[in-house]
Amino acid sequence: MIQVIDLKKNFSGSPVLKGISTIFEKGKTSMIIGQSGSGKTVFLKCLLGLHSPDEGTILFDNRKHNELKINDQRQLRKEIGMVFQGGALFDSLNVEENVMFPLKMYTKQTHQEMRERVNSVLERVNLKNSQHKLPAELSGGMQKRVAIARAIVMNPKYLFCDEPNSGLDPKTAILIDNLIQEITKEYDMITIINSHDMNSVMEIGEKIMFLNHGQKAWEGSNEEILKTDNETVVDFVYSSNLLKKVRKAYLMEM
Amino acid sequence: MNYFEHIGKYFLMLKHVFRAPQKKKVFRESLFREIEDLGLKSLGIVVFISFFVGGVVAIQTALNIDSPLIPSYLIGFATKRSIILEFAPTFVSIILAGKVGSFITSSIGTMRVTEQIDALEVMGINSLNYLILPKVVAALFFYPLLIMLSIVVGIIGGYFAGVLTGLFYAKDYIFGIQLEFDPYLLQYAMIKTFVFAFVIITVPAYHGYYVKGGALEVGKASTASVVWTSIVIITLNYYLTQMLLS
Repeated sequence: MIQVIDLKKNFSGSPVLKGISTIFEKGKTSMIIGQSGSGKTVFLKCLLGLHSPDEGTILFDNRKHNELKINDQRQLRKEIGMVFQGGALFDSLNVEENVMFPLKMYTKQTHQEMRERVNSVLERVNLKNSQHKLPAELSGGMQKRVAIARAIVMNPKYLFCDEPNSGLDPKTAILIDNLIQEITKEYDMITIINSHDMNSVMEIGEKIMFLNHGQKAWEGSNEEILKTDNETVVDFVYSSNLLKKVRKAYLMEM
Repeated sequence: MNYFEHIGKYFLMLKHVFRAPQKKKVFRESLFREIEDLGLKSLGIVVFISFFVGGVVAIQTALNIDSPLIPSYLIGFATKRSIILEFAPTFVSIILAGKVGSFITSSIGTMRVTEQIDALEVMGINSLNYLILPKVVAALFFYPLLIMLSIVVGIIGGYFAGVLTGLFYAKDYIFGIQLEFDPYLLQYAMIKTFVFAFVIITVPAYHGYYVKGGALEVGKASTASVVWTSIVIITLNYYLTQMLLS
């Protein structure tokens, strides 16, 4: 369980996160949504330890992230997998080397053992025959899948994704969403996704947190978001005509 | 940010760079890759420039010594001294600051703006140590060899330029380069090379690591890094010369 208590973060005096408290549970796909500039990325970076919060506490299974000793912090980071918006694959390494990288840094496995593990995760993300390709030779969807493979190669307890299907066509976006959800269940992880994609939110958001101007404005599941009468959430989530119709049809059916 | 803040941030960066590598095997692999990227791939340009500049130094010296009272072996002597004292360690370092410095800034800067450095940090890796330490060690190991090569090729360039143009005799030039050989001058050249090698790697790495923005900012950082590396080399050259030769 990841517990966030009264998280606050300022940049040059202006508050970006204004006291956010929430809980993310094991085996669930949680989504953070909100307008650009609402503090989603800063929130995620605080959880990852890339930004240190000004106030508040982040507990990873009762371990205070910002108060851990260096070795414990390193141990915690081994338990975290991250899929960045652009993939963040290392340009100079091929697919196999990219996925193998965390294993090389943190395990004492032989090269053969590492290759076997890499092949098994690449197979899991349906990328079995691309081991020797460089990131530049891959499509956007393939890069995201390699990033997911690299994120799960160490069997993480926590998976973070920053807009994992931005820039992807709808079909590939659904594939990536489903893959993340399946992996979350399979590895019994806590998965937290930052997203703008309302399709993803509806499809896989078992817990949704809506941020507005650095504050938690709403929290619930993908079923609850269809029924909510919170105006800010409705304005944001159902801004497209298609989604307005979907919501109307759902409410009428009810 | 003012200059003092940059200087402070640069030294704080060095504090994180000079830590024991997290995984020695990975460090070794990176080191060999950096020796190839930063050292071996600079061989061609160093040999080319050294040969021709050595030739120019010899020709200019010959043309400026037109008094019959000055022996012509002084051309070889002056060429050797100019190359060892100034051309090889300083001039070649400034060329490397352009070639290697812009490469380091743009490669690290691109890693920064494409979140590859964040990916390293999330994995719990000291990104400064992982990215910069192998480059520093590779440069400190390989640049002295590069400068020694530059000295040899420069002197050979001077020989060919003078002999082929008929400005001096081969035996005078060879006598001149053997005259009053002082090993301390080589020592001086190597001390300068070590200092400049450190600057050539760390100043561009600083500019690349802390870049913010996108491709345009990476380009601007590359230019700034070459300018600042050259300024630091020229300034340190002045102080080192005073300290070591006066």
